[in-house]
Amino acid sequence: MKTFNYHSAKDVKEASKLSSSKSAFLAGGMTTLPSMKLGLASYNDLINLKNIKNLSGIKVSGKTIKIGSTTKHAEVSQSKEVKKAIPSLAALAEGIGDPQVRNRGTIGGSIANNDPAADYPSACIALNAVIHTNERKIEAEKFFKGMFETALKTGEIIEAVEFEIPKKSNYQKYPNPASRYAIVGVYVAECKSGVNVAVTGAKSCVYNDKNLSSALSKNFSSSAIDGIEISSSGMNSDIHASAEYRANMVKVFTKKAVEAC
Amino acid sequence: MASLVGSRVERKEDKKLLTGRGKYTADVTFAHQTYAYFVRSPHARAEIKKVDISKAEKSSGVVAVLTGKDIVNDKIGGLIAGWRIKSEDGSDMKVPAHPPLASETVNYVGDHVAVVIAESLDEARNAAELVKVDYKVLKAVVDTADAMKSDQIYKDIPKNLCFDWLLGDRAKVKEAFDKADKIIKIDLINNRVIPNAMEPRAANADYNPSTEEITLYTTSQNPHLARIIISAFNGVAPENKLRVIAPDVGGGFGSKIYPYAEEVVCSWAAKKIERPIKWVADRTESFLSDCHGRDHVTHAELAVKNDGTFLGFKNETIANIGAYASVFGTVTPTYLFGPCATGVYKMPAAYTNVKAVYTNTAPVDAYRGAGRPEATYTIETLVDKAARELGIDPAEIRMKNFPTQFPFQQTLVHSVDSGDYVAGLNKAIEAADYKGFEKRKRESEAKGKLRGIGLCTYFEACGIAPSPVVMMLGCGIGLWESAEVRFNPTGNVTVFTGSHSHGQGHDTTFAQIAADQLGVPIENIEISHGDTDKGPFGYGTYGSRSLTVGGTAIVKACDKIIAKGKRVAAKMLEASEDDIEFKNGEFVVAKSNKKKTIGEIAFACYLPGTYGEVKSPLPEGEEPGLKETSFFDPVNFSFPAGSHICEVEVNPDTGETAVVKYTAIDDFGTIINPLVVEGQVHGGLVQGIGQALYENCHYDQSGQLVTASYMDYTMPRADNFPDFNLGFTCTPATSNPLGTKGCGEAGAIAAPPAVMNAVMNAIGTEISMPATAEKVWKACKENKKTNSKAA
Repeated sequence: MKTFNYHSAKDVKEASKLSSSKSAFLAGGMTTLPSMKLGLASYNDLINLKNIKNLSGIKVSGKTIKIGSTTKHAEVSQSKEVKKAIPSLAALAEGIGDPQVRNRGTIGGSIANNDPAADYPSACIALNAVIHTNERKIEAEKFFKGMFETALKTGEIIEAVEFEIPKKSNYQKYPNPASRYAIVGVYVAECKSGVNVAVTGAKSCVYNDKNLSSALSKNFSSSAIDGIEISSSGMNSDIHASAEYRANMVKVFTKKAVEAC
Repeated sequence: MASLVGSRVERKEDKKLLTGRGKYTADVTFAHQTYAYFVRSPHARAEIKKVDISKAEKSSGVVAVLTGKDIVNDKIGGLIAGWRIKSEDGSDMKVPAHPPLASETVNYVGDHVAVVIAESLDEARNAAELVKVDYKVLKAVVDTADAMKSDQIYKDIPKNLCFDWLLGDRAKVKEAFDKADKIIKIDLINNRVIPNAMEPRAANADYNPSTEEITLYTTSQNPHLARIIISAFNGVAPENKLRVIAPDVGGGFGSKIYPYAEEVVCSWAAKKIERPIKWVADRTESFLSDCHGRDHVTHAELAVKNDGTFLGFKNETIANIGAYASVFGTVTPTYLFGPCATGVYKMPAAYTNVKAVYTNTAPVDAYRGAGRPEATYTIETLVDKAARELGIDPAEIRMKNFPTQFPFQQTLVHSVDSGDYVAGLNKAIEAADYKGFEKRKRESEAKGKLRGIGLCTYFEACGIAPSPVVMMLGCGIGLWESAEVRFNPTGNVTVFTGSHSHGQGHDTTFAQIAADQLGVPIENIEISHGDTDKGPFGYGTYGSRSLTVGGTAIVKACDKIIAKGKRVAAKMLEASEDDIEFKNGEFVVAKSNKKKTIGEIAFACYLPGTYGEVKSPLPEGEEPGLKETSFFDPVNFSFPAGSHICEVEVNPDTGETAVVKYTAIDDFGTIINPLVVEGQVHGGLVQGIGQALYENCHYDQSGQLVTASYMDYTMPRADNFPDFNLGFTCTPATSNPLGTKGCGEAGAIAAPPAVMNAVMNAIGTEISMPATAEKVWKACKENKKTNSKAA
């Protein structure tokens, strides 16, 4: 690991001020630290956000759940409020990594990293989330830009993620047998505006499958998508799963999620 | 005192190992410690044009940077192939030079080019990035099946062929095939796997300039072998000036039997810089540079009569041995493979032909089972195919061809001393509820799942001794084992063994044996291993040999202790030696109540003097002390055997395959500790099922290792398995007094064919290992298409 300056920011303002193109924010560090240790990433400054008050915590209002950005996966998975309002979100958090990861990793870190196989981005898309930063509010559909790429600008810090409470929802993941990241993860949610089918793992970035979403908006049953052909074009292909296999799994897991709703 | 042999004594070593009190090589730190980081080849095949270390040498904290040139200048010998194999035409195998640091060519990604030694690991690693190596990159040879047709890697090795070996009689096989009703053929790939011991390899070498002694701590299954190789072949130091210590070692599975370049380099360099050097592999280094396992491409044929009787068998295999011939790399696909190729069956004629090829991949060597899993996978999937094609039940066709008389002269080499394969399979059929399978299959089908059942009946040849036999077959050394039993004056005991425990539980099972033999409580017995300065020379642990060979050496040493004890007791009890009986730790004069405990005898042996009224308890001419050594060389290999039955459930929509039921009935001869044996079977099974369903080493066409971390290499995990249903039959081995046969490798040998036969039974198509979800899904989809066309 290369040497770096470590900062522990008191508040978001200070953290933002310290940041530059050669810095990284540190929350759970579940990706940042291994990348640095493996020599895949190096930074001049590492700015710890975990000591900033008010960035952590879960608040339920009538229609939404707002989760602070440094809230750990374990806190989401064990939260009575989350389990009651959006049980599928608690279940998703429970299925991330292993107990060590769940007790360090944070929701803000996960979505800021936007790993193509991460779980949380699919929840953001399916549950019409709004990402609150120190500068603005960003709709999930506009937040996830591409592989490891988001709408965040230098110095912009996620403060909270606000999820719509859906009528029903479910998340189904086919984990990579080696890493247990999602080879395909499908989050189905029936929201006020209609059904969303958010898919992670299959392509370079999480996406809302419009065909599946509109079919299920018309008829929320697993047979409603029987006739839909999932194209493998643009899907990831690697030693674990071909594009063709991923396309198949999107459909199978969408059905599974619908049936489990 | 009740016998401890056969009882479930809890593992003595676990308290230490499970509470973080074990001492591993990485835990050892010397004063003035330095740290090594190896510069490794990023290319699968290249010429080294120039190595520029000038910047690295000036980097912060750097103590030394050494390259292949220094190895040449100091005349440090290369790494060796320990087993000489002759080709069918009588020619010797062809072996390329394998220097501890390369100076001319590199031949796989991870090949060692230079070492940077610094005050800290970070400084060593940072400086390693500054070592500039100019490579001329050459086209890599990666594929096993194509290796003989590809570019020639080494100038003197045409067709990349190490040897073309034959065991058996081609003419007799042809005769048998001519008489057959049917020939069953199969083409198989035995997938390459990476051992993945929990503890990565490590070395810490310390040199004392005043005594010229090197002390090398290392992660070895076999410290004595490491010492003799590093001394006699690498020429780093004479044996008496090299102490090798393998302290607690976290698993080996064969990959730590022999020394690697890193141990040689650390020992040599420590002497050069006169400071201790520590190296610990990181996980990716382990993936790249530990010797891998398996990697065979096989075509096999079985000649049968219509009633299922086997007439003949042939096996044509290409074995990938990687870039260099490793220590056991040439014996694994030959004498550990060929003799077991015909399985547990009467087979009137057979041959095995193996072409061992070099490729630009990590060397391949012994991995749990070593050769026997590859042999068993071939014969057992072929037998299942024969059963399918002849319309005979897979259990029935096996029963029909089992030998029923023992000793059984096996077709190719071995005379199997004992066994009862019929009883084993019957017990497995019962335990697995084989007959209830159709009902369970219908239940699965009702849930939209496919269910399959698969059998494997196996035997293996373990012990890797007698020495005269292994030396006759090309081994450079004899593989007997030693033990020293040392009584302390106060009556407790230390047993030194030449074998090495790195998870096997020797501290417990060996103590059980000594406790029974000597009548000493198990708490008073310590087992010591892993230090060349402590016990006598030995040959380490692999090939399921420690108990049958090393355990017997302990029994023999105990016999000598008791013999001496009788002489001393006779004198002390004023009786004839012939009248002394030894029982439950006591020397008793026959038909009397005169006796001495073994503790009293031990104490007497250490107080031999005569002073005034005190008379020496020792007979005249008897040496004081109570310590005996035995070197045991068995008369035969040992032959564990068993019947495993696996059931899988396949989801045809996703291809996900779950092992839902697994029954293993094994015959390991006498069992010393069922708890330890069950643990060994569990470990073997998960590695065997891992190979069948999950694990796969993948090099791309340029020779880059794609599966070089746990992100991409699938290790099996606890949630991949059902509860295993284990059982045992017992026909004691006749080749050792304990009657034991060995158990460490059985699961890894039996599981791959049992699982794959079950998968193929479920989906009705032949597929290769690992049966990943996508492969199974594709096969199911193909079947659906074919079936709908047929309809």
